[in-house]
Amino acid sequence: MLEGILMGLTTAVSPINLAMVVAGCMVGTFIGMLPGLGPISAIALMIPITYGLEPSTGLILMAGVYYGAIFGGSTSSILINAPGVAGTVATAFDGYPMAKKGQAGKALAIAAYSSFSGGTIATLLLLVAAPSLAAVSLSFHSTDYFALMVLGLTAVAAFAGKGNVVKAILMTVLGLMISTIGTDQTQGIQRFTMGITDLIDGISFLLLAMAAFALSEALLVVLRPKSDKARAKELEAQSNLGSMKLSKAEIKEMIPVIGRSSLLGFFVGVLPGAGATIASFLAYGMEQRIAGEKGKEFGTGSIRGLTAPETANNAACSGSFVPLLTLGIPGSGTTAIMLGALISYGIQPGPRLYLDNPTVFWSVIISMYIGNVVLLILNLPLIPYIAKILSIPSNILTPLILFFSLIGVYFVSFNTFDIHLMVIFAVAAVGLRLLDFPLAPMLLGFILGGMMEENLRRALLINDDSWSFIIERPLTLSILLIAAATLVLPAILSKASVWFLNRVEKNKANES
Amino acid sequence: MKNTTRNILAAAAAATSLFLAPGAIADPIKSIHFLIPGGPGGGWDGTARGTGEALNKAGLVDSVSFENMSGGGGGKAIAHLIETAEKAGSTLMVNSTPIVIRSLQKVFPQSFRDLTPVAGTIGDYAAIVVHKDSDLADFGALISKYKADAKSVAIGGGSVAGGMDHLVAAMVMQAAGANPTEVKYIPYDAGGKAMAGLLSGEINALSTGFGEAIELAKQGEVRILCVTSAERVDAAPDAPTCTEEGASVEFVNWRGFFAAPGISDAKKAEYVAALEKMYDTPEWETVRARNGWVNIFNADDDFITFLENQEEVLGKLMKELGFL
Repeated sequence: MLEGILMGLTTAVSPINLAMVVAGCMVGTFIGMLPGLGPISAIALMIPITYGLEPSTGLILMAGVYYGAIFGGSTSSILINAPGVAGTVATAFDGYPMAKKGQAGKALAIAAYSSFSGGTIATLLLLVAAPSLAAVSLSFHSTDYFALMVLGLTAVAAFAGKGNVVKAILMTVLGLMISTIGTDQTQGIQRFTMGITDLIDGISFLLLAMAAFALSEALLVVLRPKSDKARAKELEAQSNLGSMKLSKAEIKEMIPVIGRSSLLGFFVGVLPGAGATIASFLAYGMEQRIAGEKGKEFGTGSIRGLTAPETANNAACSGSFVPLLTLGIPGSGTTAIMLGALISYGIQPGPRLYLDNPTVFWSVIISMYIGNVVLLILNLPLIPYIAKILSIPSNILTPLILFFSLIGVYFVSFNTFDIHLMVIFAVAAVGLRLLDFPLAPMLLGFILGGMMEENLRRALLINDDSWSFIIERPLTLSILLIAAATLVLPAILSKASVWFLNRVEKNKANES
Repeated sequence: MKNTTRNILAAAAAATSLFLAPGAIADPIKSIHFLIPGGPGGGWDGTARGTGEALNKAGLVDSVSFENMSGGGGGKAIAHLIETAEKAGSTLMVNSTPIVIRSLQKVFPQSFRDLTPVAGTIGDYAAIVVHKDSDLADFGALISKYKADAKSVAIGGGSVAGGMDHLVAAMVMQAAGANPTEVKYIPYDAGGKAMAGLLSGEINALSTGFGEAIELAKQGEVRILCVTSAERVDAAPDAPTCTEEGASVEFVNWRGFFAAPGISDAKKAEYVAALEKMYDTPEWETVRARNGWVNIFNADDDFITFLENQEEVLGKLMKELGFL
């Protein structure tokens, strides 16, 4: 194995391959920054270019583009609340509020450090354990995926902190409901399509996210002109826009979050039915719950709230290479395209790839890591300039955001109906936001709802409509118990601590 | 077999045209606009772009352009092609077996009859696959287990209930003399996830594309119980056909091209000729090998007969299964 790794390393650091990583990262970052365009579009664009290249060179280029696009996606999430990729939606939850407070440079820097660390830790795990992790990626049955989605749904609690419990739950239900529109994944029955052909394929997550976040935000800017005072305050905040300074305390705060989120993200990524989006939501929810008092800052520009999803989604991307390389099973749309590219080189991923073709196997993994380093080196010096985008006057920036958001969604489907639908959703989102309904739970419900339903129905089909799997499968049961505990424990703990403190004070009073 | 016939035909065609117009085989088609009913990156997209690339590079078509139009399970593009038929003389739409299934299911009101079928160009057979450690030693074992207790055999696939993978499983069971309505079909939203389901052990067997199973079979992770081809496939000479195993059934999941309704026979013949010539070019071989496609050429009237037959077989089965 060591020999294979060394061979991979020599291949990956050859001048041409290094040049490819750099080129791929740059192109990927740029494409990823455009709202709506993510790694799938970026890699699809690259495929024709890679045909003439050596297999490992071509793959290295694509791995660079992949990483770059994910990295770039967080930039548009943070700066203009327009997630370019589903995996960076959770990044916008705290990244955008930070940018609004005038800390855009800091937010981008945190995202860069988190992505880098998440990628680094995940790549190390991949190096050490990729071949043996294949078993892990096959250990999950549909029942376990269902339980995992339920656990993911408890992340809603993170948005219910401000006394908005009912509103957060209502929005989650709305998201679950929207996820049922279209052809159902089990029986092929059309639901709530109202005879409209364009709804048969359902509503795309990206469309919903862009409408709820980017478009509604831009519309609100137009609807709520800022007072002179607010404007002056904003200009003052912007003077510091490009600053990337992090205090020691802040770095200390990030480190444990990075450790936990990269492990969580990597293992979720290894599961073919989960992926980066679920990983980022789970990490966000988990950190919010264990942050205690600090958890209340989530959603208003919390450093932990930004670090967790950014680390987890990058770690999950590395993790998703485990089922791809060791089993030939793509866990996501992007890895499906990567699989196509591998096959086109005559390389069939599978359990024998790292034995038969060690150079390819290890050079892909090592170049992913080099991609990580290159991204950090490329992007850190650029952050102050990229952050300055926000100092563009809003009468120019807002139309640009609207334009790129609409174009981005159109480029995914090439269907004008999607644009109409997006505008309708955006108007509805503006209404909901004015009434103080949080939109993030809706997206959470939407993305988890579809997968939860699909896995539950499959589990029921396999078990002849018996629900006994909940108790019979230890893995399912434990995940569900964790989900229940995360919902109930915080309430009990806070009650208990109040009771405990009261007792201590009473004792003190008695003593004196 | 088919290949030889085609070679002879191509040679004959080349000879005739040489005789008629020395120097030029035939004028290349000026332009083809490929209409793709799905988004970039999918199977339809790859087929159209690969075919376009080969036709163009081989000098059979001067210029090619592509347009993605997703929506309505492909119905949007079909409606568009019919609506704009008068101006769409140079448009070819890519499609595949689902056009037959979805029109039977009334996902969209049109069928292949509302278009001009040009040719099926590539295809994949279906296969029934089990995990390497499965207690089902061969196809016979699967059938006897199924006949004893159909509920004990969960068969997965990468399409919805009533979709292609389900229909293939039912078709094979029917041909083996078992009751096709009892298939305990477990749907996954993609072939890859269905394969993960099989490897995880939550289903007993998998109905999938032969091409999706071949590599894992070569590496010993899964076993192919039978393939829906007429004869054993060269890529896996050890995998028996379903017919050999006592289930007399053939199934090809084809991909091919359709032109707008009402185009002239001459125009159609031009497309057929260009596609036919394409098979012998190195440019096509590059594209084909790159994607691991299997040449299954089926043009013009043969293609229409094939589609009618497939529609009849699938329609009858879907009625029996209660999906129509």
